[in-house]
Amino acid sequence: MDPVLLVASIMVSATPILLAAIGEMVVEKSGVLNLGVEGMMIVGAVMGFAIAVTTGSPVLGFLGAAVASAVLSLSFGLLTQYLLSNQVATGLGLTLVGLGLSALIGSNYEGQRAPSLAKLDIPGLGGIPVLGPMLFAHDFVVYLSLALVAAVWAFLKYTRAGLILRAVGEDHESAHALGYKVVRVRMLAIAFGGACAGLGGAYVSLVRVPQWTEGMTAGAGWIALAIVVFASWRPLGVLIGAYLFGGVSVIQLNLQAAGTTVPVELLSMSPYLITIIVLVIISARGAHGAPGSLGRPFHAAS
Amino acid sequence: MKRRTLLASAAALSLAAGAAFAQDVPKIGFVYVGPVNDGGWSQHHHESAMKMKEHFGDAIELIEQESVPEGADAERVLTQMALSGADLIFTTSFGYMDPTINVAAKFPDVKFEHATGYKTAENVSVYSARFYEGRAITGYLAGAMTETNKIGYIASFPIPEVIRGINSSYIHAKQANPDVEIAVVWISTWFDPAKEADATQALLDQGADVVLAHTDSTAPLAVLEKAGAYGFGQAADMAEYKPEPRLSSIIDDWAPYYIERVQAVIDGSWESVNTWDGIGAGMVGIGEFTGPIPDDVVATVTQMKEDIAAGDYHPFTGPLNKQDGSAWLAEGEVADDGTLAGMDFYVEGVTGSIPN
Repeated sequence: MDPVLLVASIMVSATPILLAAIGEMVVEKSGVLNLGVEGMMIVGAVMGFAIAVTTGSPVLGFLGAAVASAVLSLSFGLLTQYLLSNQVATGLGLTLVGLGLSALIGSNYEGQRAPSLAKLDIPGLGGIPVLGPMLFAHDFVVYLSLALVAAVWAFLKYTRAGLILRAVGEDHESAHALGYKVVRVRMLAIAFGGACAGLGGAYVSLVRVPQWTEGMTAGAGWIALAIVVFASWRPLGVLIGAYLFGGVSVIQLNLQAAGTTVPVELLSMSPYLITIIVLVIISARGAHGAPGSLGRPFHAAS
Repeated sequence: MKRRTLLASAAALSLAAGAAFAQDVPKIGFVYVGPVNDGGWSQHHHESAMKMKEHFGDAIELIEQESVPEGADAERVLTQMALSGADLIFTTSFGYMDPTINVAAKFPDVKFEHATGYKTAENVSVYSARFYEGRAITGYLAGAMTETNKIGYIASFPIPEVIRGINSSYIHAKQANPDVEIAVVWISTWFDPAKEADATQALLDQGADVVLAHTDSTAPLAVLEKAGAYGFGQAADMAEYKPEPRLSSIIDDWAPYYIERVQAVIDGSWESVNTWDGIGAGMVGIGEFTGPIPDDVVATVTQMKEDIAAGDYHPFTGPLNKQDGSAWLAEGEVADDGTLAGMDFYVEGVTGSIPN
C-alpha cells in the first residue's frame, strides 16, 4: 500500500466533514445547537455544483455554496433566535428543507460534469520527494480547511471577540447583563457555521465525487455533528476527529482493495468505537466541555 | 430524513394522479431503494414503471415511493401502500425480501412482486434478471482493456446476485487476459456516491485501471473519468459518460415484465411465479461499445452476447473450481439455477473472503 496516495486520499475524504464540523463547533460554542448541518451541506453541494457548471469556475462555485448555505442557516437563526422556536426541531426541519430544496434545484444538473478544480502547485514544497505529493499537491480548499481550524482556534483563544462568543455560549444571561448582544453574536456564528457546511458540501460535489446526485452527502453532516462532541468542542479535537473518520474509512477501502485479510466489519466500526471510548473517558472525568448555554433558548428579560 | 422527502414526493405524485382517480381501476405500487433519478438501478425501475403506465394509460393508477430504506421502514411503507388499496406492489430491492413476505402474509388479497429475491408465497412472485450474463461481457472487456492486469470491483452486499456478478466478471476477464487479478471492495450500501467514489479511488490507488461497479450511482464513472481509467454503466446505460470512461453497460429493462404482470392483474390471471430472464428475453441489455476497444475484442464480445442470447453459451461453464480449489463444474458442465440462486462462494482465482 502506497502511503503517499493513502494520505492524499485521506485528506480529500476528511475535508468535507472537517469544514462542516469546524463551523458547527463555532455555532455550538456560541450556545446554539444547529442539527441542520446535513441540510446545509447538501444545499452547498447543489449550489456549488450549479454555479460552477454555469460559470465554469469552481472557485465561484465554492463562494456561492458558502453564501447560499449561510443564507439558509440564517432562516434557522431567525426562527430560533428571534421567534424562539425549539432548536432541535428547527435544526431537523432545516435538514429536511435542505434535502428537498437541493433535489428541486439539482434536477436540471443530473448527469452534468463539473469543471475540475486545479491542484495548487506550491513552488518548492511540491517538489519534495514523498512529502510533496502527499501533503502539498492538493486543491486550495484542503488548505483552506486547515487554515480555518487554526484561525478558529486563534480566534477563540486570543481575541476579544472570541472571548465574547464563548461568554455568550457559556452563560447568555450574564453575557447579556454585561451588555453583549447575545442574539447578534449567535446570528453571526450561525451564518459562519452555514458557510462552512456549504463549503464542505460543495467539496463533495465538486472534488470528491465530482458530480451532482440527489442525497449525495449521505449523512456526512451527522458525522460532523458527532465529531464536535467527540472533540469536546476544541478545534484541534475537530481536526483529529475529522481525519480519524476520513482516515479509517479510506484505509478500510484500501485494505480491501489491496486484498488484506483484516475483517471489514472491525475496521468499519472502529471510528464509532473510538468515539464511544472517548465519550466515556470524558464523562468519567466529569468535564465534557459542552458550552453551558448549549441549546437553551435566550429571551432578554429587560 | 429521507423518509420525509419520499413522503412529500409520494404526496405530490398522488396529487398528480388524483385527476385520473377512479374506484375500480387497479392500483399498482412501486417501492424504490434510492431516489428515482439516481442514474442507475432505481431510475431504471422507475422508467420501466412509467413505460408500463404509458402502456395502460388511465386503465391503472400508479403510486410510487422512493428512497425507502431496507428493513423496518420498508415494512411500514408497504403496509401503508396495501392499506391505501394497492392491488399489486413491486418491491424493487433485495433487502425488501423479508418485509415483503411479512406484509404479504397480512394482506392475502394484495399481490406482491419482489425483485432479485428468492422467497415466494401464494401472493408473492419473485423476478430477477440474469445480470451475470451481462457481467460476462463487461468482465471480458475489463480483462481485455486492463494494462496493469488488475481490475477492481465495487460490491454492495454479500448476496448471491452480487457474488455471481463478481465470479462471472472474473471468469471472463481471465478468458481475455490469463494474468488478470480482481480486487473486490465491499461498501455495504447500494447508494452512497461519496463512498462509491472513495472506493473507486482506493481501487485506483491499489493499481486497478478498470473498475466494475455493482452499486447504483454514476459516482464511480465520474472518478474514473478524472483518472483516465475505464468503467461500465450499471443498471442503466449511463450514456453521459460515453465514449470514455464508460466502455459499455448492463441495462436492465423491466418494462415488458411490468406490462405483462399488470395485464395479468387486470385479467385476473395473476399467479405467483419465479421469473429469471437474461439477455435472450431482453431483460438484460448490453449498451453500445464505446471508447478505444480493439475491433477483435468487440467482435468477440458481440459473438459472446449472441451465443448467450441464443442459449449456446452459459457464462458458468466448466471446468471451474471453487476458491478453495475444490472442483465445482466438470469440463463442459453448466451451473444449475439452484446453485446460482444461492451462490455463496468465489471461484478459483478470486482473492479475499466474502463478508458475513
